[in-house]
Amino acid sequence: MALIEYNKPLKSKFYLLKISGKYEAKMGQFFMIKKDSQFMFLNRPMSIYDLENDGIIFLYKKIGKGTTVLADCKKGDEISIHGPYGNGFPMEVKGDFALVGGGTGIAPLFYASKQLKKYCKNNTIHVFLGLQEKNEFEASFNNYADLLQVNYGGFITDYIPYEKYNTIFSCGPELMMKKIEKQARKLNIDHYVSLEKRMACGVGACLVCTCQTKNGNKRVCKDGPVFRGKDIF
Amino acid sequence: MSGLLDINFLEINFKNPIIMASGTFGFGREYAEIYDIEKLGGIVSKGLTLNPRRGNQGIRVWETSSGMMNSVGLENPGIQAFIENELPFMQSLNLAHIINISGTNLEDYVKACHKISRKKVDMIELNISCPNVQENNIPFGIKETTTREVVKEVRKVVKVPLMVKLSPDADDIIRIARICEEEGADAISLINTFKAFAININEKKKIFENTFAGLSGPCIKPIALRMVHEVAKQVKIPIMGIGGIVNYQDVLEFLMAGAQAVQIGTANFINPKVGEIIIKDLENYLISNDISNISEIIGIVD
Ligand SMILES: Cc1cc2nc3c(=O)[nH]c(=O)nc-3n(C[C@H](O)[C@H](O)[C@H](O)COP(=O)(O)O)c2cc1C
Ligand code: FES
Repeated sequence: MALIEYNKPLKSKFYLLKISGKYEAKMGQFFMIKKDSQFMFLNRPMSIYDLENDGIIFLYKKIGKGTTVLADCKKGDEISIHGPYGNGFPMEVKGDFALVGGGTGIAPLFYASKQLKKYCKNNTIHVFLGLQEKNEFEASFNNYADLLQVNYGGFITDYIPYEKYNTIFSCGPELMMKKIEKQARKLNIDHYVSLEKRMACGVGACLVCTCQTKNGNKRVCKDGPVFRGKDIF
Repeated sequence: MSGLLDINFLEINFKNPIIMASGTFGFGREYAEIYDIEKLGGIVSKGLTLNPRRGNQGIRVWETSSGMMNSVGLENPGIQAFIENELPFMQSLNLAHIINISGTNLEDYVKACHKISRKKVDMIELNISCPNVQENNIPFGIKETTTREVVKEVRKVVKVPLMVKLSPDADDIIRIARICEEEGADAISLINTFKAFAININEKKKIFENTFAGLSGPCIKPIALRMVHEVAKQVKIPIMGIGGIVNYQDVLEFLMAGAQAVQIGTANFINPKVGEIIIKDLENYLISNDISNISEIIGIVD
């Protein structure tokens, strides 16, 4: 159990949730979160949006039963959290990066840009976000990104100068990741996708989050959530 | 051994009556990264079939009030790959290991059981109750005739202790339990998930591609407890109680109702360390109630 530091509503039903405590995790990993409520039975997987010294921050969208319960949480409420789980984005990557996120898929990219800035100092990091409308959290990407491009309501994939990058991390709608993979393959870019799936255990034991890859069935929670684009599409 | 919690079930020593249920604990590897699973009484493997299965398509999990539905469809590596890659790990653990075997036809059941029985496993749990294999395929454990047939044939090839896992959807669960006993089952575990249904009202479509899915979790506990109580009175072989257990109070209920041990499934998803917590709480309960061994409370409520 941990305490909620804040749970701020933003535009387009997005929320920023900060939970107090000391956490360590790799970029692209996730935590399982649950509020004690009769309307929320299972934990929800949540990608790390940001890690601070005194807490962890998640960016989520109020879309279903579980996130509606979370949206009602207040400062000081108790919440259960465990993790980190999953493989995370690879650290042993090279060259210039593009991070591409659509909708809630944006969440893992903020912490990823922060980590990349720290560990890959000599490389440029460009961030591309697809959103419905302008949102408060966007600007903070400028703290770490060398370039930030946001598209509202269209296809962010149309605005990426693919040939500039050695590595792409993407997370969001399947169509978006698929389009990126097509370009990545053509240009020989290392493309990593972070998948979102319904989960139960979150640790790799129950097989409700299986996805099909070129190498057979994989568990999104344990073998992923990050996979090579070419293994998925 | 003479701890507060240790029990003897079919001449196998369990450190305590807390066993992790099939399909919710993998082969133990993942939870072993999270806590010391050797504190547990035992673990049951994911349901295994003769040949590998890729499992069901589409959504595999759906939340309900106080429970969940799953449509995993027995995704598993098949018995041979299990024996090569997973069994050595399970056998290296200092706890009882139970191998759960499923099938879609009699021949596959018998072949799979024959293969695993030669590996000196602690126990086989024969799953005749999985609702997640093909829509029109009735599990063996629903009807008396098919139950008799599969238990009889499997018994012939199984040299290790054999426990049969019953379905709550059985026509008459007491009759089915008696038939298992008659055909040589050494123990009975109950219950598996309930066959259940869910609809997406916005799309006016069923949630699961396989139509029905298995319901588990606290919402099934009172029914599971009733079934354990009824069956315990009607058979002489020992029983493992399963269904919706989330805390030590639930465990006590199942034991008082007549189960010798329990299995915990869905609760692992809510708190991955639930096994450890329940064991500690049970110990404290026994100490503060001056009970010297947990077996003293088995079946004390009639
Ligand atoms: C995701 C999931 C997978 C399961 N897979 C199996 C299985 O392979 N074989 C089996 O006998 N039971 C399987 N079960 C049933 C459980 O072992 C248990 O009987 C049932 O969930 C009721 O207990 P619970 O309410 O504590 O979960 C599965 C249950 C769940 C939730
Ligand atoms: S959520 Fe259980 S295996 Fe991934």
